[in-house]
Amino acid sequence: MSGGTSRERILGRVRRALADVPREERPEDHPVVRDYLRVHGERSPAETLDLLAGNLADYRALVHRVDAAGLPALLARLLAERGAHRVLAPAGLPRGWLRDARVDVLSDTPALTARELDVVDSVVTGCALAIAETGTLVLDAGPGQGRRALTLVPDHHLCVVRTADQVVDSVPQALERLAPVAARPLTWVSGPSATSDIELDRVEGVHGPRTLEVLLVAGDPRPV
Amino acid sequence: MSRDGSDVPRGGGATYLGMPAFPRAADFPRAADTATRDGRLRANLRHATHTIRAKRARAVAELDDWARLREAGAAIKDRTLRHLDHHLVRLEEAVTRAGGTVHWAADAAEANRIVTDLVRATGEREVVKVKSMATQEIGLNEALAESGIRAYETDLAELIVQLGDDLPSHILVPAIHRDRGEIRDIFRDRMASWGRPAPEGLTDRPAELAEAARQHLREKFLRAKVGVSGANFMVAETGTLVVVESEGNGRMCLTLPETLISVVGIEKTVPTWRDLEVFLQLLPRSSTAERMNPYTSMWTGTTDGDGPRVFHLVLLDNGRTDTLADQVGRQALRCIRCSACLNVCPVYERAGGHAYGSPYPGPIGAILTPQLRGLASPLEESLPYASSLCGACFEVCPVAIDIPEVLVHLRERVAEGGEVTVRGTRTVIRPAKRHATERAAMRAARWAFDHPDALRRGQRILSRTRRLQPRRLPGPGRAWTDSRELPAVPAESFRDWWARTRGGTS
Ligand code: SF4
Repeated sequence: MSGGTSRERILGRVRRALADVPREERPEDHPVVRDYLRVHGERSPAETLDLLAGNLADYRALVHRVDAAGLPALLARLLAERGAHRVLAPAGLPRGWLRDARVDVLSDTPALTARELDVVDSVVTGCALAIAETGTLVLDAGPGQGRRALTLVPDHHLCVVRTADQVVDSVPQALERLAPVAARPLTWVSGPSATSDIELDRVEGVHGPRTLEVLLVAGDPRPV
Repeated sequence: MSRDGSDVPRGGGATYLGMPAFPRAADFPRAADTATRDGRLRANLRHATHTIRAKRARAVAELDDWARLREAGAAIKDRTLRHLDHHLVRLEEAVTRAGGTVHWAADAAEANRIVTDLVRATGEREVVKVKSMATQEIGLNEALAESGIRAYETDLAELIVQLGDDLPSHILVPAIHRDRGEIRDIFRDRMASWGRPAPEGLTDRPAELAEAARQHLREKFLRAKVGVSGANFMVAETGTLVVVESEGNGRMCLTLPETLISVVGIEKTVPTWRDLEVFLQLLPRSSTAERMNPYTSMWTGTTDGDGPRVFHLVLLDNGRTDTLADQVGRQALRCIRCSACLNVCPVYERAGGHAYGSPYPGPIGAILTPQLRGLASPLEESLPYASSLCGACFEVCPVAIDIPEVLVHLRERVAEGGEVTVRGTRTVIRPAKRHATERAAMRAARWAFDHPDALRRGQRILSRTRRLQPRRLPGPGRAWTDSRELPAVPAESFRDWWARTRGGTS
């Protein structure tokens, strides 16, 4: 095992390489001016929501707006239109959300393998937050979101965003909010999977879900 | 599928020019000369770089504070590099605390050995890989193949490159030199020998090609037990690694296997979680010209019931500390591999990625490769000359790396010799023989750098000193000017020159 000695060797090389850095300089001393913007532009909450919806759609997510009471019916309709039979529900997903849907609801268990996830038609989740300026959803594996594989292997992802308290304006705001859960696995999703590798033509859907539907829900859908 | 590794394709023809252990091309100009004669390659490259360039400009223009973000990005990287030892130790502690295991690799051979041993210990004979410059740099796939372990590239472009027994030519769009017809042929002819064959009657429609790749690779993701990745960022404070991608193959490799091995250059460290707020704005807009790339994964060690149960982080030096020792050259370590500098570079556009002889093509390759490897051969000696010093790369670089400054610095090192650090030891190198006649020109260049006002006025130095330059550059420069695709030293400013030539073939 050369691991231990290489560690010392590399750290030693780093220190010798930095001989020009004054001894008394501390790691935080070199100035970083953070005069960049926390938010780009001034918006009302309604405008922020419009921006989120617009940016999501720009990257080919399908966006729906609904109030909390209408959520189960909307989910039922979208799943029916998709022809989904087997629908995956992560632990902690409010039970009422899928009460109108005529589908087999599969609750996630650790025993479900990737191959079993591969034959699921759709997955329904919540999210940790959404970023308006970039059209991004962030999943933090919390209740109603589940482990990362759930939103990766199925081809159709329906993601519910609570507009009252889950929408932030910008990337800096998002990271600030996520700091307490930084140790959890986080997935940032901006539109369905895509590639531009073939002559730079954007093609939706390579490996992740090829269809991403975002449900912007007014009011509190939790008790539904 | 055979699991004994005996059917591992050996990649006979695919070696980087100048890669150690493989026959070297003489130098950049000769390789570039071949590439510039390939009409299709040039047309593909030109279309691609111009498309990305225009899109990027729009994505950047959306942010009023781009210049301030860029300054902050550069400053955070400098802050990190100035105390890199401190941050690496913190990172190691945080990753270990979160259930990961940290390994240190001084060079490519050691990194390859560590990864090979880790894969062997799992008993597996295949791994799925997400695109990673670091693993290309160390030649990991070839090293694994020698031990009978098959590494599957899963990025669409990397798949095209791997199936085609080819080499990547662009950081972001590695198969940029292939058009759809070629890709269709590669899929049709080669997929079957790597796994699921291409569907019957496959056409060259991009959506169909992507679907073929999805089916071909899904089978591999679902059975993969070991994933190998790099990372775009490592947060010392939290031990979090970040991978930024588009297709979802990264998520597959990071999530589905039981064991994850990430090989990451030590310079990818950032001190704090908050620092990501700068880079997650700079990187997507500067690379794919998007407000945000489709998928970003962040993970910290291991998590019960979610993703790999075993996580290894291999911290790679391989010439980075030597680069750090050079006070002018170290700024190259700020690079976040966005590839914006490639897309604006008139030399890259003509020469193509392969001429740079490493996984790092374009302007960043011209300053990074000679520093990571040292001025070890005519290839590395010629790379600092693979530029017209027009300055476009510096203008677009989201972390403000003054690439022309480093190029001139390295040219001086080539022409005049001087002190360098090689594998941690300070040595004095002698001037490269063929460069003797160029020393006068380098003195002129240095004058310009000693007079920063001249620089700040926006005209890059060599246009000021061009009368002091020989019309045909000596040494490797001569061969370069012989390809006659570019003025070696533009007399006019970049903007004027660009407006006049528009990348035309002169
Ligand atoms: S040198 Fe700058 S522009 Fe080029 S790839 Fe690196 S970060 Fe991007």
